[in-house]
Amino acid sequence: MMGSTNQTARTEGGRIKALVTWIDDRFPMTKLWKEQVAEYYAPKNMNFWYYFGSLAMMALVIQILTGIFLTMNYKPSAAEAFGSVEYIMRDVEWGWLIRYMHSTGASAFFIVVYLHMFRSLLYGSYQKPRELLWIFGMLIYFALMAEGFFGYLLPWGNMSYWGAQVIVSLFGAIPYVGDSLTEWIRGDFFISDVTLNRFFALHVIAIPFALVFLVIAHLMALHEVGSNNPDGVEIKKVKGPDGIPLDGIAFHPYYTVKDMVGVGVFLLLFCGVIFFAPTMGGYFLEHANFEPANALQTPPHIAPVWYYTPFYAILRSVPNKPLGAALMGVAVLLFVFLPWLDRSKVKSIRYRGPLFKFFITAFAISFLALGYLGMQPVTPAYTMAARVFATVYFAFFLLMPWYTSIDKTKPVPTRVTYHAH
Amino acid sequence: MRTKLLVLLAALAPAAAFASGAEPRLDHVNLDASNMPALQRGAGNFVNYCLGCHSAKYMRYNRVAADLGISEQQLIDNLMFTGERPHDTMRIGIDPEQARRWFGVVPPDLSLIARARGTDYLYTFLRSFYADPAKANGVNNIVLPGTAMPHVLWQLQGVQEAVWEGHPDAQGNVQKHFKEFKLVTPGTLTPEEFDGFVRDTVAFLEYIGEPARLKRESLGFPVIAFLVFFTLLAWALKKEYWKDVK
Repeated sequence: MMGSTNQTARTEGGRIKALVTWIDDRFPMTKLWKEQVAEYYAPKNMNFWYYFGSLAMMALVIQILTGIFLTMNYKPSAAEAFGSVEYIMRDVEWGWLIRYMHSTGASAFFIVVYLHMFRSLLYGSYQKPRELLWIFGMLIYFALMAEGFFGYLLPWGNMSYWGAQVIVSLFGAIPYVGDSLTEWIRGDFFISDVTLNRFFALHVIAIPFALVFLVIAHLMALHEVGSNNPDGVEIKKVKGPDGIPLDGIAFHPYYTVKDMVGVGVFLLLFCGVIFFAPTMGGYFLEHANFEPANALQTPPHIAPVWYYTPFYAILRSVPNKPLGAALMGVAVLLFVFLPWLDRSKVKSIRYRGPLFKFFITAFAISFLALGYLGMQPVTPAYTMAARVFATVYFAFFLLMPWYTSIDKTKPVPTRVTYHAH
Repeated sequence: MRTKLLVLLAALAPAAAFASGAEPRLDHVNLDASNMPALQRGAGNFVNYCLGCHSAKYMRYNRVAADLGISEQQLIDNLMFTGERPHDTMRIGIDPEQARRWFGVVPPDLSLIARARGTDYLYTFLRSFYADPAKANGVNNIVLPGTAMPHVLWQLQGVQEAVWEGHPDAQGNVQKHFKEFKLVTPGTLTPEEFDGFVRDTVAFLEYIGEPARLKRESLGFPVIAFLVFFTLLAWALKKEYWKDVK
């Protein structure tokens, strides 16, 4: 009896091995798995901040999967869009869950991406040799902003309508071509059915396609140069006799099991919102968006969704509209130049001097404060505060070549610091 | 430099005081979304008093029945008056053109009104009509001044007048501020009963804003329980694997 069971197992295992060989002769399956996962060596000292890369990928998958199912029932027309979302919320089986996953997923995606980006600031992950990795990441962020903007028009609520109206009109601030440009973007003289249709096309095909492509490029660049770590030490500089970095551990199984814990905590928070606070008090789904788009009536207070508000606050703090729009654009673009603005010899905040620590703290506070101010109605005091915080925001980037070059840094060890648990 | 930052933060603090504008103060409605008898009473109030002019075009009659524990026969006998079928949505026969002539505006659809305006707003609005001879329909509203809506519930609430108080400002102009209501003609309900009537109606409006809510919240607990279990398991697995990492 025993013998025959073993024999079955052997032959089954043999069959699987034969299948793998068959595939490997035709497609580099095992090679890819080894290079990208099982024999990709990541620093063993990666901490809390390193969960957000894999979580961002998961957020993308959630958005694509829920998006596919929403598309099956959504109608991209000015006459039917609002009603079709309510149809999804009421009559489609589990439609409410799919819709809340998608709407909460958008905010979750941005939370995770902002934390992922801040990690790079903390540990100098954009520095040589990771400049292209950083730029691909920034392109992902820009694509994500566009994706969120186009998607926000689709429910065709009154905030969707007026939010799109405000943002598209910013392009009108560009001298000479502004008016024709806004008309070209809208495809009409105002936000209309035509605009909704093209935003739908961009939201479900063009941008997601670009996003997936950029994520692949981002991962390829990452696996070429290797992950940075909280010490900012290049683990490839110290290798064992087998050619494996001494401070590196295989991504699978060590980081796959670790990321599972991150996924669990993320899903706990994510599901907490979906099931108990899907509007998040008006921050994830705005109250005014439960009224259908109305070209004749603006909502009492127009504010973009929270993930754009830091930049919206910068825009509003400038009295001159073209200048405000330009500054807003610069505020977003400045991130791209970080690898060249930073003149420090060390990467990680652990070995940086007090100047950098001061500026990054001031920057984080300014970013959060601007985010808050961007949601508030305009008052003279708020505008003044926004100007101060915007100045700090820009100072972080523009003074960086100065303060990073004169800052007193600490010596960087040759090996990562790690205490076994 | 750190002190400068503190000064900045201190400068921000008074800005928070600007945030509250001249918005009317709203009474807290204090709803219990799972109170079925209240929701059933609210459904009755809604079809009797609101559905004449306001539709709820995304809400189906039989969904109301199923969610609120009402049989189809009870639904037809008590909540449906004009020959709709149970699977129809709560539409109305009013012609928008005529409505515009009567009221000046088309009465808004109420499917999502609670999500758009909030339940405290609706609770306060429906209780804030007061006699105003200057208005064509004889009433005005503190929460939405100049509203085109007549006081549909006046027989229940009675007629109340607004009491104003004035404070002269620096220029000597007297600014009128709303102080309180004075009930001049009692209605068929006591003030407490009337508040309860409005509370039930608002509870129903909240329900039709998101019929999936009851299911959503009850499903949330097992999902969270599973995720706690999953996370603990993943954490134990991680600990086991990471024993090798020295």
